Amino acid sequence: MQRSATSAIIRAPTKAIYRRLGDNAFQTVVVGLGITIMLLAVVLAWVLLRDGWEPLRIFGFLGFLTGTTWDPVQNDYGTWPFIVGTLITSIAGLALSFFPALGVAIFTAEYAPRWLASIIDTIVDLLAAIPSVVVGIWGIFVLVPFLQNNVYLPIYFWTFEQAPQLLPILGPPAGYNLVTATIVLALMIVPYTAALARDSIRLVPRSQREAARALGATRWEVMRMAVIPYARGGIVAGAILSFGRAIGETMAVAMLVGNSNTLPFTLFGPAATMPSVIVNEFREAVENLHLASLMTVGFYLFLISLVVNLIAAWMQRRYTVGGRAL
Amino acid sequence: MERANATTRPDTPSPPRPTDAGQGEVRAAVASEAKARLVTEGISVHYGATLGVRDVSLTFRDKTVTALIGPSGCGKTTFLRSLNRMHDLSRGVKVTGRAVLDGTDIYASGVDPVTIRRRIGMVFQKPTPFPTMSIYDNVVAGLKLVGIRDRRLLDEVAERSLRQAALWDEVKDRLKAPAAGISGGQQQRLSIARALAVEADVLLMDEPTSSLDPQSTMRIEELIHQLKDDVTIIIVTHNMQQAARVSDYTAFFYEGNLIEVSDTNTMFTNPREQRTNDYITGRFG
Repeated sequence: MQRSATSAIIRAPTKAIYRRLGDNAFQTVVVGLGITIMLLAVVLAWVLLRDGWEPLRIFGFLGFLTGTTWDPVQNDYGTWPFIVGTLITSIAGLALSFFPALGVAIFTAEYAPRWLASIIDTIVDLLAAIPSVVVGIWGIFVLVPFLQNNVYLPIYFWTFEQAPQLLPILGPPAGYNLVTATIVLALMIVPYTAALARDSIRLVPRSQREAARALGATRWEVMRMAVIPYARGGIVAGAILSFGRAIGETMAVAMLVGNSNTLPFTLFGPAATMPSVIVNEFREAVENLHLASLMTVGFYLFLISLVVNLIAAWMQRRYTVGGRAL
Repeated sequence: MERANATTRPDTPSPPRPTDAGQGEVRAAVASEAKARLVTEGISVHYGATLGVRDVSLTFRDKTVTALIGPSGCGKTTFLRSLNRMHDLSRGVKVTGRAVLDGTDIYASGVDPVTIRRRIGMVFQKPTPFPTMSIYDNVVAGLKLVGIRDRRLLDEVAERSLRQAALWDEVKDRLKAPAAGISGGQQQRLSIARALAVEADVLLMDEPTSSLDPQSTMRIEELIHQLKDDVTIIIVTHNMQQAARVSDYTAFFYEGNLIEVSDTNTMFTNPREQRTNDYITGRFG
């Protein structure tokens, strides 16, 4: 009696078949979805390359990259001004935001009482959720007038009188310029750097903190000698991912950078970035070559973002402590 | 509570009576002339509303090894961590009573826990080298904290501490190699070297061999024997054979109380308390 009941459970013939089918179906769906994602990336790159092929054929891969003229009237296209604008705003934005973001992360992860930390965490996460066009509007109506009156004009007038040789670097104080775009970018990527740094700081094992404490380290010394070095993989990867986001940020930058396509860019004069030129000129591009050139800019932007993300992944693996045998 | 007090009374000197030899019959036999290095007086540890350790008074003598034994959750680790104010870091943990290190109560107001922890080093259950630092930097980490930058001095201390921890011969050719790359047993000895480098007088060890293989365990135990010449060692262990092998004194904890303390020989051959006897003969725990 006992025995036959047991063997019935073990055999359970019909059910076993369904279970195996279910397993196969699940596997098929998951693998299929994974492949679809990869295909999407490949197709995206291919479409960008196909539609942006003409400028590459005419100007060459390097020629288009380093061409300093962007002139739809003469049908002469080069992407260098936008690469410069993108790199300047992104690098400066990252530099400006990194330490404040790290400070926020350390404060919420280590110092703040739990109730305050959760409030700050929520605010930081909300900051990341603000649509960038809203940030842009805020920049136009609040930030630009403020900077124009309190920073750009005073500095410009002072330089005009005291150090006129610096004027070519400063440029005309337009309000919509590289500095404004950089500040807004910095504000926009703080949440990303802070959230990723915070999470990796929280993941540092308690034993590491205690070991530093047991050596007679003060609170800050515990951070410096044990916690931050241990969390550096996540912190660095977070910074680079934020950098990647800054590179691709379109709307807020396009609304605030002033949109001038000609080098040299000045600090207070209008400039442009790769995303901003695409979004600004796409509707007006009537010439086929103009349209194709914008596609090519998109292709280069895609390449740069890809490289940045690969570097982030590599850095994270290279510097993450937990990944190694310990 | 009453019971615990009664049994520990023979070992509880009234405040600083450092060279007192009249510690009751259990003490008379062994090293009673060694001076008291660390004396606890009625240490209790509260976790919120629960009492983790109840009114423990113990004397740790200079250059001796004291083992704290007892079943899991008996409060031995909690007590150990109260000896270098490690509980300061945890929210909701409160320590009452006194722990007197060479005449100074480490819980007195105005005493900086940071200074205390330099004199009372700690080695943890799992080896805790700083994985991003080299072996060398790990050893001198505590010295660098206080601003010692003199290369020669650092080299000297690093070598001495690594020798003391019986690790020098194995790592002397790769001091600059990452500390994460050596074996678990070596990492634990590195942790010990790091604690010794700041010239701690007391070394707290929280089950220092529980994550190690038998070979490494043996090396650490030999090391404890050697270190006894320089420091006072207090070791928590759930391995009674280990307690018998390495310690001069043994204290048995049960349910947060100190049940019995005596020299290790007496403890394992002729315990006073029935519960101690039951535990060491394996009847529970």
